[in-house]
Amino acid sequence: MPSASCATTVVLQALASAGEPSQLLPAREQMAFTLGFHIIIVPFGVAFTFLILLANHRGLRRGDEQAMLLARRWSKVAAVLFAVGAVSGTVLTFELGILWPGLMGQYGAAFGFPFAIEGIFFFLEAIFMSFYIYGWDRLSPWAHFWSGVPVVISSLGGAAAVVAANAWMNQPGGITMHAGRIVDVSPAKVFFNGAFWFETIHMLLAAYIVAGFVVAGVYAAGMLKGRRDAYHRTGFLIGFVVAAVTVPMQIFVGDLIARQVFVSEPAKFAAIEMLPDSGDHVPETLGGVLIDGKVRYGLPIPDVASLLAGFRPSTHIDGLDAIPAPVRPSDAGVSIVHLAFDVMVGASMALLALSVWFAWLWWRHRRVPTNVWFLRCAALSGVVALVSLESGWVVTEVGRQPWTVVGLLLTRDAVTTHGNLWPFFGATAIIYVSVGTGALLVLRALRRRWAAEGDEDVQVPYGPEAPAVSAASPEGRTP
Amino acid sequence: MTDAIGVILFTGVIAYAVFGGADFGAGFWDLTAGGAVRGSAPRSLIDRSIGPVWEANHTWLIYCLVVLWTGFPPAFAAITTTLYIPLGLAALGIVLRGSGFAFRKVTLRTAQQRLTGVLFAVSSVLTPFCFGGIAGAVASGRVPSAGGGAPLSSWLNPTGVLGGVLAVVVCAYLAAVFLSSAATHPYRDEALHLYFRRRALAAGIAVGIVCMAGVFVLHADAPRLFHQLTTRGLALLIVSAAAGLAALATLRARRPRLPRPLASLAVATVIAGWGVAQYPYLLGTHLSLTQAAAPDSTLWVLVAVACTAAVLIAPSLAALYVLHERDRLTSSA
Repeated sequence: MPSASCATTVVLQALASAGEPSQLLPAREQMAFTLGFHIIIVPFGVAFTFLILLANHRGLRRGDEQAMLLARRWSKVAAVLFAVGAVSGTVLTFELGILWPGLMGQYGAAFGFPFAIEGIFFFLEAIFMSFYIYGWDRLSPWAHFWSGVPVVISSLGGAAAVVAANAWMNQPGGITMHAGRIVDVSPAKVFFNGAFWFETIHMLLAAYIVAGFVVAGVYAAGMLKGRRDAYHRTGFLIGFVVAAVTVPMQIFVGDLIARQVFVSEPAKFAAIEMLPDSGDHVPETLGGVLIDGKVRYGLPIPDVASLLAGFRPSTHIDGLDAIPAPVRPSDAGVSIVHLAFDVMVGASMALLALSVWFAWLWWRHRRVPTNVWFLRCAALSGVVALVSLESGWVVTEVGRQPWTVVGLLLTRDAVTTHGNLWPFFGATAIIYVSVGTGALLVLRALRRRWAAEGDEDVQVPYGPEAPAVSAASPEGRTP
Repeated sequence: MTDAIGVILFTGVIAYAVFGGADFGAGFWDLTAGGAVRGSAPRSLIDRSIGPVWEANHTWLIYCLVVLWTGFPPAFAAITTTLYIPLGLAALGIVLRGSGFAFRKVTLRTAQQRLTGVLFAVSSVLTPFCFGGIAGAVASGRVPSAGGGAPLSSWLNPTGVLGGVLAVVVCAYLAAVFLSSAATHPYRDEALHLYFRRRALAAGIAVGIVCMAGVFVLHADAPRLFHQLTTRGLALLIVSAAAGLAALATLRARRPRLPRPLASLAVATVIAGWGVAQYPYLLGTHLSLTQAAAPDSTLWVLVAVACTAAVLIAPSLAALYVLHERDRLTSSA
C-alpha cells in the first residue's frame, strides 16, 4: 500500500528531523502525548456538564424521570472523567517546567499569568463540581441544579484562559523585551492577543461538538441493540441536538479562522495549504504529502485556495519559500499539518452531513430516527468528532513549528538541556495508558451495572455513595 | 510589591500543605491499615472524608505553580531544571494517587481494590516525600540561580531527606488528627476515633523526633537556614509546637471542633517559619525575590488574581467544608 508506506516515511522523517538537541524529541513526544490525552477529557469538563444540566433541568421542569435519571448517571461519569482530567492537567503544569524551562524562564511573566486566571476558574469548577456530584438528594433539587451552573460558566473561563496562553504563542504581543528579558507586560494585550477570540471560540465549540456526539453515539449504539426506550431517546437527543446545532457554527468560525491565519500566521497557512511556492491562483490540494519540497499524491482543485483566502482567484498566497530557510518547517512537518487540516475539515463536513440528515429525518417523521444506517453513523460520530479535535490541535501545534513562541523562541531553545527525558516519557506513557484503560473499564463497568440492574446503587469516585449502612462499617463500602 | 507576591505564593504553599497534606496523610494510613478485612473500616472513613474535598485541595498545588512561574519565572526554571527528578516523580505520583483512589471506589473485586488501593497509598507517601525534598533543596540553597544544579544530590542530601521525611510524618499527623475528629463528628464512631487518635499521637511523637533530629541536621547541613529559623523564625516554631501538642490534647479531651484548626495552625506556622527564614531570598542566598520577580504589570495581575480568589474561592471553599462537615455531601444517589 503506497499510502501506508508514505505515511510511515512521513512519520520517520518527522522523528529524524525533530531530534536536534538530544532532549527535543522526547520532550515533544511527551508533550504531544500528554496534551493529546488531556484534550480528550477537556470537552467533558467543559461541555458535558452543560448536557447534564440540560437533562437535569428537563427533569425538574417537566417532571421527566428519564431525563432526571440521565442527569444522575451522567454526573457519575463526569466525576470519573473530572478526576482523570484534574490529574492529567496537573502533569501538564509540571511538564511546562520540566520539559520547557526556556519558555517558562524567559516568557513566564507573559505566558504564565493566563494560567493563574485559569487557576481561579478551575478552583471554582472543582468546588462546585463537588457540590453538584455529592449534592444529589441532600440539597434541594433546584439548589442542586444551580450548584452545577457555576461549573459550566467557570469551565468556559478556564478553557478561555488556557487557550489565551496557547494563542499568545501563535501571535505573541503585549511584551517589551530588553536584553533577552521581559521588562514590561501589557496584560490585556497578552491575554486578548490577535488569535485569542478565534482560538477560544473554536475550542469551546469543538468541546460542545465532541461531548454532544460522544453522548449521542453511546445512546445510538444502545438503540442499535434494540434499546429504543424513552431513556435512550432522550439521552441521544440531548447530545445530538447540542452537537448538531454547534457544527454549522464551527464551520462558519473555522472558515473565518482560516482567513485570519492567512493574514496573521502566513507560515502556518503555507503549511496548511502545503504550498511550496508563493503565487496566485493557488489550488486547494486535498491529501498528498510534501517530499523534497514537491507536492506528491495530492488532488489539486484549481484556484480554490486563493478563492478561500481572498475570495478571488488572483489572491496571492505566501508559500513555504517565503519563510527564511533556517526557520522553515520540514517537509514531514508540513505534510503532517496539511493532512491533519484535511482530516479536521473532512470530519467536520461529515458531521455536518450527519446533522443535516438528522434534520431531514426529524422533519419527515417528527421523532428520533430509527433508520439503522443513520444510527450506525451516529454511533460513530463521537469518534469522528474526537479525531477532528485531535487533528485541529495537531494543526495549531505542529503548524507553529519550529517556533514555540512565533518569532521569539524556537522550540529547540525552549527545551530542557538537563537529564534524560526518555525514562520520564516512558513512565508517563505507561501510567497514562493504564489510567486511560482504567477509566474506560470503570465506565464500562458502570454501564453494565446500569444496563443489568437499572438501579442507582453504584458508587463512583468522589460520587454519591450507596446508602451508607453505617458510617464506617465494612459493609458500607460495597453497594 | 514583590513581597506581596511572596506572601501570595506562601499562602498557597501553606494551604496546600495543610489541606493537601491531610489528604496525602490519609493515603499513608490507608497504606498501613492492614489486610482487606481489618483495614476496611478505616479505609471507608478515609474514602468518605477526603472524597468530596480532595479535588479542591489539590488545586492549591496548581495555584502555587502558576504563581511561582508567573511571579518569579527564572526561579521556576531554575527549580525545574535542577529538581526535575523529584518533580517528575511527584507528578506521576499525583496521577497514580488520584486515579488509584478514583478507581478503587468503583471496583468491586477485592483484588482490583487492593491493586488500585496500593497505587493510591504508595503514591500518597512518595509524593509528599518528593515535595519535602524539593522544599529542602530550595531552602538549603542547592538550586543555582541559573538552574541545572545536581539532579540527585540537590535533594537527596541531609536537608532534602529531612524535608521529605518531615513532609511524610507531618501529613500522617495531620490526617490522623483530621480523621480522628471526623470519626467523632459527624460520623460518631468511637472505635475509629480511638484508632486514629492513637495514630495521631504516634505520628505526633514521630514529628517531634524528626524535628529534634532536624535541629542537628540543619545545624550541620544548612547553617544559614538554621540560624534564621532559630532567630527570626523562632516564635513561629514555638507556636507550631504548642499548637501541635494542643491539638493532641484537645483530641483526647473530645473537643471535636478544636483539634483540626490547631493541627492546621501547627503546620501553617512551621511553613511560615520556613518562609520567614528564607526571606528575602527565593533560592538559597543567591536569588532574591526582587531579582527573580516578573515586571510589575504581571505582578499586579497576580494581586488581582489573589483578590479574586479571596472573594470568590474562599467563601466557596468554606461552604464546601461546612457542608462536608455536616455530612451533607455524601448523599445516596
